[in-house]
Amino acid sequence: MGAVRNILRWLVPLGLAYGIVLALIQVGVINNYLFATMMTICINIILATSLNLVVGFTGQLALGHAGFMAIGAYTCAIITMRVDGIVGFVLGVLAGAVLAAVVGFLIGLPVLRLRGDYLAIATLGMAEIIRVFINNMGITNGAAGLSGIPRHVDWNWMFFFLALTLVFLWHYIRSAHGRRAIAVREDEIAAEAIGIDTTRVKVQTFTIAAFFAGIGGGLYASYFYVLQPSQFGFLKSIDILVIVVLGGLGSMSGSIIAAIVLAVLSTFLAQFTDLRMIIYSLLLVLIMIFRPGGIMGSREVSLGILGKVFGERKDPAAMVAPPIVKQDDEEVPSDEEVK
Amino acid sequence: MSLLSVNDLTRNFGGLTAVSRANLHVDEGELVGLIGPNGAGKTTLFNVLTGVYPPSSGTIELNVDGTTTSIGGKRPNAICRAGVGRTFQNIRLFKDLTVLDNVRIAMQQNIPYSLLAAFTHAGTFGGKEQQIRDESEQLLAVMGLADKADELSRNLSYGDQRHLEIARALAVRPKLLLLDEPAAGMNPNETRDLTDLISQLRRDFGLTVVLIEHDMSLVMRICERIYVLDHGSIISEGTPEHVRNDPLVIEAYLGEEAPNA
Amino acid sequence: MTEFLQQAINALSLGSIYALIALGYTMVYGIIKLINFAHGEIYMIGAFVGYWTMSVFHLGVFEAILAAMIVCTVLGVLIERVAYRPLRRSTRLASLITAIGMSLLLQYTMMYFVGADPRAYPALPDYMNASFSLGGVVVKSQQLVIIGISVLLMILLQFVVKTTKMGKAMRAVSQDPEAAQLMGISVDRTISFTFAIGSALAGAAGVLVGIYYNSINPLMGIMPGLKAFVAAVFGGIGIIPGALIGAFVIGGAETAVSALGYSLFRDGVVFAILIAILIVKPTGLLGKNVREKV
Repeated sequence: MGAVRNILRWLVPLGLAYGIVLALIQVGVINNYLFATMMTICINIILATSLNLVVGFTGQLALGHAGFMAIGAYTCAIITMRVDGIVGFVLGVLAGAVLAAVVGFLIGLPVLRLRGDYLAIATLGMAEIIRVFINNMGITNGAAGLSGIPRHVDWNWMFFFLALTLVFLWHYIRSAHGRRAIAVREDEIAAEAIGIDTTRVKVQTFTIAAFFAGIGGGLYASYFYVLQPSQFGFLKSIDILVIVVLGGLGSMSGSIIAAIVLAVLSTFLAQFTDLRMIIYSLLLVLIMIFRPGGIMGSREVSLGILGKVFGERKDPAAMVAPPIVKQDDEEVPSDEEVK
Repeated sequence: MSLLSVNDLTRNFGGLTAVSRANLHVDEGELVGLIGPNGAGKTTLFNVLTGVYPPSSGTIELNVDGTTTSIGGKRPNAICRAGVGRTFQNIRLFKDLTVLDNVRIAMQQNIPYSLLAAFTHAGTFGGKEQQIRDESEQLLAVMGLADKADELSRNLSYGDQRHLEIARALAVRPKLLLLDEPAAGMNPNETRDLTDLISQLRRDFGLTVVLIEHDMSLVMRICERIYVLDHGSIISEGTPEHVRNDPLVIEAYLGEEAPNA
Repeated sequence: MTEFLQQAINALSLGSIYALIALGYTMVYGIIKLINFAHGEIYMIGAFVGYWTMSVFHLGVFEAILAAMIVCTVLGVLIERVAYRPLRRSTRLASLITAIGMSLLLQYTMMYFVGADPRAYPALPDYMNASFSLGGVVVKSQQLVIIGISVLLMILLQFVVKTTKMGKAMRAVSQDPEAAQLMGISVDRTISFTFAIGSALAGAAGVLVGIYYNSINPLMGIMPGLKAFVAAVFGGIGIIPGALIGAFVIGGAETAVSALGYSLFRDGVVFAILIAILIVKPTGLLGKNVREKV
């Protein structure tokens, strides 16, 4: 019974979301422009929730998510341009995700020993290096980029991959593996003292996040059919981080809400053309000043009504905690410290 | 062969020698006290034993079930898995997690399941999670925290936080348990209860315990053997009576101005 | 050999400019542990102030540098007061996002007023355009001016930090703000002062870059800002001599990569060097390995 209830907890909201959107498309309420916005939202949700795993749940400040997205996007594009049909597309998305994960693993292994801002700048640098490579490779067509990538993504495919990402990540966080990541965020020294290999945990979440960022990239390539290295710069990584922080560190539903809010906001701001970015950045500063914990803090949206319908009880496994990326400046005592 | 053998262990910080050529031997099942004035190097010794700092020189060996492993300089998590559990002087709980989660995170180390099960919550997931939960709850019951399982650990009283730290350390099923001032901040009643609890845990879990403590009543009452550390060196070793009457120990505690009684 | 010396001069000029920007990053980081992403934009605005001083008010290069320094000082202090101070007790990430927000705000506000197109810097006086040859090595007098002014400002900074009361306060606050406050140091004023000095240096750097590249635009702060930050981290962020070493290493590496004909890989090499040093020394070249008290 418990298992069924657990499955319903994510199946019901996802099913509803899928059905509603499908119905709206059928009825014609969702036009092309709206549909493109929705695709952006879905891709951003994939990117933000996966980054949240690293930044919000494991407490490691990574600033290079766009790099993994780029690997996924280019891999998917290159494969779909050579292998026809839906096979090429699925193969492309998965290959991109795997390649991103492999790169994430190889980079994460040495880099994740770094702490706080050092890790941030190293991951930022890593993403820039990936971009420089893409910029100079033949197969990626350099700075000019790729265009005419076959478009295979429709609402069904997008929803499939979005649901896959959310369900997997949601389950991961609510498992022993996820708890281990949260322990690393809370107190690395205590985590090590109870036998947790903190480096391994960090590399694991980083690799998983890279994998899903790769999926996000693949979907991006397939839907928007044009790729240029400049789309995956430092600012793209920042965009994703902004969604995570705005939604709340360590809140999956927060990332989802923030991705939607930001897309709506940017659609709304589109009418101001010149002033658009000024208003956006001003809002960013104001939100951080007045609500530094983000929209959700670290809470999750409890499925209030649904919860009551299915007799959901408060699950202690839902570890909600204010996940502050630890203030390294408290670690002042140096080597000379005795006790 | 002793469970724990520490030979000529030294740890320097820059020019300061925090632990100097220390030799310790702890037999299986013993309850050993580690005392000494403030700044003597007791916590540093624990930190070197558990891998927080690597030793500058010397060896640390752990002999569990007939096999000897050298744990000097290994990472804390490896030393933990070799069979050493510990608590911290300044309580290091996962403060924003629940009491149950604090213990579960340690308990799950013994009850692993695959990444695939974690992603899908299928296969072995349900059974293993239930097992982790049941065993954690049992341990909480032993430590008198069963009714507080769902509270955030930061909201616990000081005494309960110390108990939870011990519970978390026990959850990794250690052979050797290192307790760093377990009674600090407790009143005499609580200290007495804790003393009883430590004796009981040692019996029930077949533990070997080394504890740092300033509360002499606790140390003298339950420790079978005591090491005295001063300025990083072990200056005395023996039964509580022996140590209590050792002039070197008296001098270390009272300073040189002490009357030469 | 001649070629090498030639490139060394180029590297030195580029390194000096990076150093001026990196110092601001590192000082601000040292005192409030914030990566001040808006620092690159302060430098961009410095470049524009210098531009207007020379083109609108027809003043000389040195007046332009002075004007840029003054405006940037005010701007830097203002940004700290308005955007960063309310967040001082907040999480590091909230401050970081705020800094990024400020950076975007300055970029796009500037773009709104002056447009996105790059513009050429005003013509320089003749003595700045002169160049002379030293045993085959061509040295432009503007390079000497850039290096000279940078060195002068760095010496001045060293003097302020090491000998003045305010410098002592800066060092105290960066070590332990609470203890400093208990000693009667005004933490707020010290932080403002740090922003003031850092921003002044960035302002000067802006004008020098304008002279060096002869082209400025509202987005010019991003890359040099990032690289100056890389330089600061390379040397060990928060450490002033570290920032200088980092700046010259980064400047040197960039010049070398370009001279070898791989200029497309320039940015990649800079970041690769950074990651390499961090893997070997996780807190930068001169960074102390701080260990958490257990």
